[in-house]
Amino acid sequence: MRLDLGDAFAALIEWLENNFEPLLDAITIAIGATIEGLEQALLFLPSWVMILLFTLLAWWVASRGVAAFSLIGFTLLENVEFTLFGLDVAFGMGLWELTMQTLALIVTSTLLSLLIGIPIGIWAAKNDVVDTVTRPILDFMQTMPAFVYLIPAVVLFSLGEVPGVIATFIFATPPCVRLTNLGIRQVSEEAVEAAQSFGSTPRQLLFKVELPMALPTILAGINQTVLLALSMVVIAALIGAGGLGEPVVEGIQQLRIGIGFEGGLAIVILAIFLDRVTQAIGEKAGTTTQAATG
Amino acid sequence: MAIIEVEGLWKIFGGNPERARTLAKEGKSKAEVKAETDSVIAVNDANFGVREQEIFVVMGLSGSGKSTLLRCVNRLIEPTFGAVKVHGEEVTAFDEDRLRELRRTKMSMVFQNFGLFPHRTVMGNVEYGLEVAGMDRGQRREKAQQSLELVGLDGYGDSQTSELSGGMQQRVGLARALVNDPEILLMDEAFSALDPLIRADMQNELLELQEQWDPACTILFITHDLDEALKMGDRIAIMKDGGIAQIGTPTEILTEPADEYVRSFVENVDRTKIVPARTVMRDLRDDETVPADGPSVSPHTPIAELLPTLLDADGPLAVRDSDGPLRGVVSQEAVMKEVVENADGARRREARAGRTEEEPETAVA
Ligand SMILES: Nc1ncnc2c1ncn2[C@@H]1O[C@H](COP(=O)(O)OP(=O)(O)OP(=O)(O)O)[C@@H](O)[C@H]1O
Ligand SMILES: [Mg+2]
Repeated sequence: MRLDLGDAFAALIEWLENNFEPLLDAITIAIGATIEGLEQALLFLPSWVMILLFTLLAWWVASRGVAAFSLIGFTLLENVEFTLFGLDVAFGMGLWELTMQTLALIVTSTLLSLLIGIPIGIWAAKNDVVDTVTRPILDFMQTMPAFVYLIPAVVLFSLGEVPGVIATFIFATPPCVRLTNLGIRQVSEEAVEAAQSFGSTPRQLLFKVELPMALPTILAGINQTVLLALSMVVIAALIGAGGLGEPVVEGIQQLRIGIGFEGGLAIVILAIFLDRVTQAIGEKAGTTTQAATG
Repeated sequence: MAIIEVEGLWKIFGGNPERARTLAKEGKSKAEVKAETDSVIAVNDANFGVREQEIFVVMGLSGSGKSTLLRCVNRLIEPTFGAVKVHGEEVTAFDEDRLRELRRTKMSMVFQNFGLFPHRTVMGNVEYGLEVAGMDRGQRREKAQQSLELVGLDGYGDSQTSELSGGMQQRVGLARALVNDPEILLMDEAFSALDPLIRADMQNELLELQEQWDPACTILFITHDLDEALKMGDRIAIMKDGGIAQIGTPTEILTEPADEYVRSFVENVDRTKIVPARTVMRDLRDDETVPADGPSVSPHTPIAELLPTLLDADGPLAVRDSDGPLRGVVSQEAVMKEVVENADGARRREARAGRTEEEPETAVA
């Protein structure tokens, strides 16, 4: 007898598809609605207002440099036309809508990662068995070529943004679990003992001491999750998730260097913005928790 | 009456605790038991009672099981065998709820490396115990403020703990532990991480606080430092390899060491620098008087330090609490006796040291 792992996996997916249809439908509706709502919210205000808001956000949490970068970068993503001394000037890549689509997809999949990854991370920090079991699974999720996730995602959720979110979620969740686990395990033994010795319940210990002290590490995990999600954008575009991956895929298929380059550049701008902003949030949380082990 | 009673307490980590205990009872050493059963005996059949309002010091070298013993009292560590009772109630049999209640209302703890919460302000740290017990914000702020004043940190409530020096951080630790007016204070090497000068300050302040407090806290105080043990302790338990080698007052420990181990600990102590006035103090006799505004010393003043004052005084020297009331008197005879005994001890030690130096020569000859 020959045991075919591939066939077994295919059978598992088919079984899921046949037996969990209501659940799958519910997930599709929930994720679809979230991403749709976010997209509409992001596109609700005129782009120049949004650009200003992003710039202010960068200024507030990060630095003036990041703010300047955001202003220039996001402006480049839009189309700018004006008349200067009777001269018509026009520049920009005109990718605003696709950028907001991508942002909506990333925010949705990241929220899903947090919603599922953080509780699992906490559980793994509290329970060595869970830790031992999840470790190889996380390794697997992160090292499996991301393309492979597209197939079951499409089978279970058909084409479009929802399977894009699911595939992105699977690929991007591991750091969130890992660093939540690590952050909580790193909380100084004495602080935990202190909390217990004053009569904390397990829940008070978690929410008043462990999570706040682990916060900088958890935020570092979220930063990684966001960046991994962004790296899935092009791959997700292959199954119709839309967004900035689209021009890149188009560029590849039609060998149009210009379009592909613009799509790529837009992803880089978004990546730098998201990285600097999430990192700055982590550092801010870190300054109040610095002496965590001291 | 004892407020804390520890009865037949064992803590054995890993391996086979039943077998480890049996072997230990047969007289096997900690290392032998470890080799045979892979169990670490951290606490080996501890028995003692802590009296109400006393400072009971547990002293021992690193690894002797002091921290483990202390943590068995509030069950941060679950004892393997034996019982801990507080006011006669068996804490070791409490369920989670009762244990939490005990920790919130009766017992609190101060840690060697302070164990502060860096994400909370000083105030946030101090009010923590009241917060988890569900006290409302206004009330707990008020109590926390009082506690801060008590340890001399008035005005630091909004500071970050990381901005404070080590001594001040431990004051926060102390304020946090005192905030719910505990009956019992557990202190695990609370002053060991501090500079010597600051450490002495904190020791004195704790002694004073404990005196002023009404009713006074009962303090279970852990240290690896003999000087600190002698200074702080009403009674001292000396631990060795998880077991308790001797329990006694500082004077008893110094004058009647129970075995060679304790003797080796105490023989190099200059007792006059440590034995406090209260141990040589006696009540004022009917035929004596001390002037109300005359010289006086605190009960904690070591004998060596009170010598000049005693020389200047006519007759016995008054021993007073910091707030005034007379505790007793110290006479020149009592102090002389103490000094002579110490000198005797020193001479004996010198004699012994001299012998051991000569021995090699005789061996050569
Ligand atoms: N969780 C544990 N697992 C195994 N062995 C332990 C554990 N905790 C403590 N021990 C062992 O128990 C013994 C007593 O440790 P404990 O920390 O109580 O000593 P201590 O007197 O407080 O020492 P120190 O002065 O270094 O703090 C040591 O041999 C230690 O190695
Ligand atoms: Mg210790």
